[in-house]
Amino acid sequence: MSLKNVLENWSDYRKTHEDGGHHDYEHMWGMVVDLNKCTGCNACAVSCYSENNLATVGKEKMGKGQGMHWLRMERYWDEPNVGGDEKEFHERGASFLPMMCQQCNAATCEVVCPVAATYHTPDGLNAQVYNRCIGSRYCSNNCPYRLRYFNFYSYYEDAWPEPLNQQLNPDLSVRDKGVMEKCTFCVQRIRTAKDTARREGREVRDGDAVSACAQSCPTKAITFGDLLDENAEVTKLWKFHQVELGKTKQDKANKELRGYRVLEGLNVDPCIMYLDRVREV
Amino acid sequence: MQTKDINENIAWAKINTDVLRSMENPRMGYWIAVVACLLMVSCAVMAEIYQYQVGMGPGNLNWPHMWDLYIATFVFWIGMSHSGTLLSAILHIIGADWRKPIYRFAEAMTTFSLMTAGLFPIIHLGRVWNMYWVLPYVSDRGIWPNFRSPLIWDAFAITTYLTSSALFLFIGMIPDLAICRDNARGWRQKLYTVLSMGWQGDDRQWRNFRKIYLLMACFLIPLAVSVHSIVSADFAMSIMPGWHITSFPPYFVAGALYSGCAAIITLFIILRYFFRFDEYMTIPILEKTCKLTFAIAMVWSYLTLIEFASVWYGHDPVAKEALVSRFVGPYSPFFWLMLFCGIIVPFALAVERFRRHLPTMFVVSILLNLGMWLERWMIVTPTLATSYYPFAFDVMWPSMVQWAIVFGSFGWFGLLFLIFVKVFPCVSMYEVKEMVFHRRQHNSPEIAKQFHRRASDRQAGDEQPSTGGA
Repeated sequence: MSLKNVLENWSDYRKTHEDGGHHDYEHMWGMVVDLNKCTGCNACAVSCYSENNLATVGKEKMGKGQGMHWLRMERYWDEPNVGGDEKEFHERGASFLPMMCQQCNAATCEVVCPVAATYHTPDGLNAQVYNRCIGSRYCSNNCPYRLRYFNFYSYYEDAWPEPLNQQLNPDLSVRDKGVMEKCTFCVQRIRTAKDTARREGREVRDGDAVSACAQSCPTKAITFGDLLDENAEVTKLWKFHQVELGKTKQDKANKELRGYRVLEGLNVDPCIMYLDRVREV
Repeated sequence: MQTKDINENIAWAKINTDVLRSMENPRMGYWIAVVACLLMVSCAVMAEIYQYQVGMGPGNLNWPHMWDLYIATFVFWIGMSHSGTLLSAILHIIGADWRKPIYRFAEAMTTFSLMTAGLFPIIHLGRVWNMYWVLPYVSDRGIWPNFRSPLIWDAFAITTYLTSSALFLFIGMIPDLAICRDNARGWRQKLYTVLSMGWQGDDRQWRNFRKIYLLMACFLIPLAVSVHSIVSADFAMSIMPGWHITSFPPYFVAGALYSGCAAIITLFIILRYFFRFDEYMTIPILEKTCKLTFAIAMVWSYLTLIEFASVWYGHDPVAKEALVSRFVGPYSPFFWLMLFCGIIVPFALAVERFRRHLPTMFVVSILLNLGMWLERWMIVTPTLATSYYPFAFDVMWPSMVQWAIVFGSFGWFGLLFLIFVKVFPCVSMYEVKEMVFHRRQHNSPEIAKQFHRRASDRQAGDEQPSTGGA
C-alpha cells in the first residue's frame, strides 16, 4: 500500500474496507466452554504452556503478576453467607472459569495499538504480531478481560534450561522481552489444518483444527471450531443455546438455556460462549 | 512595598546590563545546582540502562498494571508545558502586558518540559529500540502505524507542539539575541551572531517580526489545547471505567494550565531570588500570576467535582465502583492528598498577604504541582487496579526503578533550564523596554501625545499628518 496507491484507489479501498474490518470472513473460529463439565484440573493450561512455548516464570514473579498464562483457570468461591452455611461452602467447593483471549470481533485492543501489531485476520482471529510489537502495552490496558500478557523479562533465558529447550514447539516463535502476547486459538494448528486441506483439495472440516486446550480437556468441556461451518459442533451448540455474534444482549426464547458470553454488554463481540454451571441450591 | 508592575523610570541601559549580567559569571550556587541535576539525571540513566537490559519487570509493572508512573509523569510534564503558551500567546493576544518580564522563562519551560515529557513514552516502551515505528515513515513494505490509536495522535501532537513552541521561543528571542551579540565576546558572540539572524532592528524587520509573532501566537493556542486533549484521549478513548470519561479533554487542559502556572510561580521566585530580578519580576506581577492560577485552580476543581458527579449520576455500576475505590481504596491516601493540594491549597492564593509573601508562595506552588502530579497518578493507577474484570483487581506499588526515572526527569528539566538561563536571556529585554515605554506614556500624557498620535486623533491646532506619500 504505497501512498500513491492509497490516493488513487481510495474509493476502492473504502468500498472493501467499509468499517475498517473484514466483511468476508473465510472462517470464524469460535469456542464453547461448558462449565458444567469443567473440573478445574488445569490440563488445558498445561497443554497451552507446552503448545505455545509459554515461559514458566517461577513462584515469585507469578505472585507479582508477571506470569504468562495465556489460559488462566479462575477459581471463584461462593461466599458462605450468600450460598448457604459454612459447611455447604466447603462441600460445594470452588467453581472454575477458564479464560483465554476471547477473540473479540470488535476488539478494543486492536484499535489502540500504535503500530497495528494486533489486528483482525480473515479467519476471525485477533492476531498478535510479535515482531511488530513495540510494547506500549495499551492493548492490555484496553482489554476488559485483562487477557493479554506482557514479557516483563527475557523469560526464555531461564524458562527452558538444557535439555528442556528441546521440547519447544518449532511451529511458533519464542518471545523476547518487551512483547505483548496472548492466546492465539493455536493459530499454528489452524494454519496446519488449512494447509493440509488445501493440499488435499478440500474445505477445512470440523475437527481438522483443534486447539491444545480443547484437545487435552479430559471431560471435553471445551469445543473448538469454525462458527461459519454449519456442520461444526460449535455452530450447533451456539445455535442450540441461541447465542449469536454481533449482539450486546441475547434475546433467548428459552430462558433456561445456559449459553452466555462474558461481558458481551460492552459490545466487544467475543467469540467464546460459556455454558453456565448449574448447581443445586 | 511594590505597587507598580514595573518602575517606569528604569533606564534602558540598566535593563540590558541587568539581564546580560544574569547570563554571565555563574556563582557557586549555580554549579551546585548543575551538579545536583546531573546526579539526578544519572540516577535515571542508571535505572533506564538496567531496565533496558532486563525488561520492564524491575519497575514492578505487572498484569494488570501495564502503565504506571511513566505515563502519569508524561502527562504531568505535558501539562506543565501549557503555561508558556498561556503566558506568551493568550496573554499576548488579549494584551495583558504584565506578562512581558516573565513570559520568556515560561516559554523555555514549555519547550523543556515537552523535551522531558517526550522521553517518557519512549522509556515506557517494552522495545525502545523500535520506537520509530510509531512514525509514518515511508516503508517499501507498505507498513503504516495504526492511525486509529491515540498513541499515534500523541506522537504527532507532541512533535508538532515541540517544534512550534521551540520556534516560538526562538523567534521571540531574536531581538534580544541581537542585544547579546552586540555585548558579547568570544564563543558567545559567534553563537549569537548566527542565532540573531542579522537582526538590525530596522523598521521592516520589526514589522515582519510582529506579524510572525502574532501569527505563531494564534497558531499555538489551538495547538496547545488540542495537544492536551489528545493526551487525554489516551484515557478517554479507552473502554476502561475511570478513563472513559467525556469531560477528560477540558479537564486535562485545565489541569495543564494549572500545573504550568504553579510551576511559573516556583521558577519566578527562584529566578527573582538568585538573579536579583526584583525590579523586573515584581510582587504585583507575581500577584497577577497568582490570581490567574487561582482562577484556573477553581476551573480545575469544578471540573474535578463534575467528573465525580457525572460518573456518580451516570449510574454505571462499574464506573461507580472505580470512582468509589479511588476514595476508599488502597490508593485513597494519595487521592485525598491530591484533592487537598489541588482544591484546598489554592485558596491560599486568594489571600493577599500570602500572595505577597515569597516563601509561602514557593511552598504553595510546590504543593500545587505535587497535587497535579498526584492527580495524573490517581488517574492512571487506580483505574488499572479496578477494572471490568474482578479477577484482575490488583494493587501495585512502583519500585525504585520507576521512582528513579521520575526523579531524574526533574533533574533533566532542571539541567536544561540551568543551561538556558546562562546561554539565553531569561527576561525579555526588548519587551520589558516596551512595557516601560507604555507605562511612561500612560503616566505622562505629554509623552503620550508626542509618541502615540494617530491619524484619527484630531486636535485643535494639530496639523493633519499626511499619509498620502506613505
